[in-house]
Amino acid sequence: MKILVAVKRVVDYAVKIRVKPDKTGVDTQNVKMSMNPFCEIALEEALRIKEAGFAKEVVAVSIGPSQCVDTLRTGLAMGADRGIHVEASYSFLPLTIAKILKSLADVENPGLIFLGKQAIDDDCNQTGQMVAALLGWPQATFASKVVVLDKDKQSATVDREVDEGLETLSVDLPAVITTDLRLNQPRYATLPNIMKAKSKPIKKMTLEDLKVDIKSDIEIVEVTEPPKRKSGVIVSSVDELIYKLKNEAHVV
Amino acid sequence: MTRAILTKKKLVLSNAHRFISITNLSRCISTLILAEHESGSIKAQTVSTVVAANHLGESSSVSLLLAGSGSSLQEAASQAASCHPSVSEVLVADSDRFEYPLAEPWAKLVDFVRQQRDYSHILASSSSFGKNILPRVAALLDVSPVTDVVKILGSNEFIRPIYAGNALCRVRYTGAGPCVLTIRTTSFPVTPITESKKATISQIDLSKFKEDAVSRSRYVGQSTQDTERPDLGSARVVITGGRALKSVENFKMIEKLAEKLGGAVGATRAAVDAGYVPNDLQVGQTGKIVAPELYMAFGVSGAIQHLAGIKDSKVIVAVNKDADAPIFQVADYGLVGDLFEVIPELLEKLPEKK
Repeated sequence: MKILVAVKRVVDYAVKIRVKPDKTGVDTQNVKMSMNPFCEIALEEALRIKEAGFAKEVVAVSIGPSQCVDTLRTGLAMGADRGIHVEASYSFLPLTIAKILKSLADVENPGLIFLGKQAIDDDCNQTGQMVAALLGWPQATFASKVVVLDKDKQSATVDREVDEGLETLSVDLPAVITTDLRLNQPRYATLPNIMKAKSKPIKKMTLEDLKVDIKSDIEIVEVTEPPKRKSGVIVSSVDELIYKLKNEAHVV
Repeated sequence: MTRAILTKKKLVLSNAHRFISITNLSRCISTLILAEHESGSIKAQTVSTVVAANHLGESSSVSLLLAGSGSSLQEAASQAASCHPSVSEVLVADSDRFEYPLAEPWAKLVDFVRQQRDYSHILASSSSFGKNILPRVAALLDVSPVTDVVKILGSNEFIRPIYAGNALCRVRYTGAGPCVLTIRTTSFPVTPITESKKATISQIDLSKFKEDAVSRSRYVGQSTQDTERPDLGSARVVITGGRALKSVENFKMIEKLAEKLGGAVGATRAAVDAGYVPNDLQVGQTGKIVAPELYMAFGVSGAIQHLAGIKDSKVIVAVNKDADAPIFQVADYGLVGDLFEVIPELLEKLPEKK
């Protein structure tokens, strides 16, 4: 079985972002970029499934400008077998990304598609669900804990983090799984693997190759900073805190 | 004409000629809401979603879609019919297929219902249920959804948070298909209902509803905490503990304080990862979003991802040994101190819950 993993290049999670003065977006110039943490987890899970003998190949795919190749190289250094870079000069909406991944799935025929549950830049949490819909495959989103594959029955058991706690589903393969934070701890790419990764293939593809039309039904009108909270005060004792909560804030 | 232009015309005309019918110029807003219910009643987040639907514009009709099976579904439908005066209709899909909220049959159901009626908007709350199902619905309809909406500026213009809420993105939906949204319910509080109105309840004819027999998912089980504590998403008070609590035992102090104040218990990702509390208590960018009147954080450093979940709280209190902890930058009241001393003192001195 082949596993396809979609990985996104995003502003690093620790960066304090700044909204551009012209309100067209967030400033990403000269800012540290990394693989989306959820995508790292997705890739790690795919690698573990391969190492457990349930898959033969892990293919990492990234959609975006040429710098995505760096993200793919990181994925290859972690252990993916090969990469696919779909060139895009600007950010596509999740629906277009989903259509691209669907097209790739039609070509590659994976048994599983792994995605991070959301990208930490747009926080959309849509793409995995959309890919599953376009392919007509079952979906298991916000996966945590262990994903167990039943080789004979061609299905996977997935624990999902939901509002009420944990839910367990069994999905027929092929399926789409989106990963949540507690699924695993991604490995670091070791130096020997980083060197090996340089000779692993990355195939370049375009939207024309995949016969995908760009969907542009959402316009960004403006990006602004949220309203700032009034600065607070440091109190010196529990007594003072209770006094203020009671008489100033009126919450107790 | 695109919907954007139609809506603009409607706004301009309606101010001057309030009673002129302009339905032939603009499309009536007709909303389908995918409702959540449990043990025979509608969940609070669904009612918030109805409140949100009201912001879409005038002449809104709101239909609630309830799916499930058996008597608890029918009870929920009856309760849903009077949960909010804006609800005009309750549609009920009663079948074993909907016993559990699996995305595949539910998304197909929404599409099935939509095919019979021309809805301009399809909504759900951005709960794990809504987030799981609605994007799948959007893809089936070939439209881009707008998820986690915090403000509605019109029938096709919305604001949603990005970068863990450190920026707000104003978007305009320009597509021809239905506008699909998930709603951040803490941004649409429900005010007490004075008007009582009962919507019509119709059972959906599922005889022509076909589901993929081939590729499926099956519900296996779930583990949830049975608690009398108020729901984290709607509690008036939330008391959160971080990794500094150091153990499951110590976290009981947080629970005691929450109980004293009649509040819910929350936790940081670090505390959940460490196993002190189950995952459904996690507050933050990828956990629960809360907006209580009072949020108290003990031993919480204030990482960007945690702050994303608490920014709309009215009053934030932070207690931490480290005076440089980032949480003090957002706290209204900060106390630099040892939570193991502060919490017992608070328990002793705080008045009983309001």
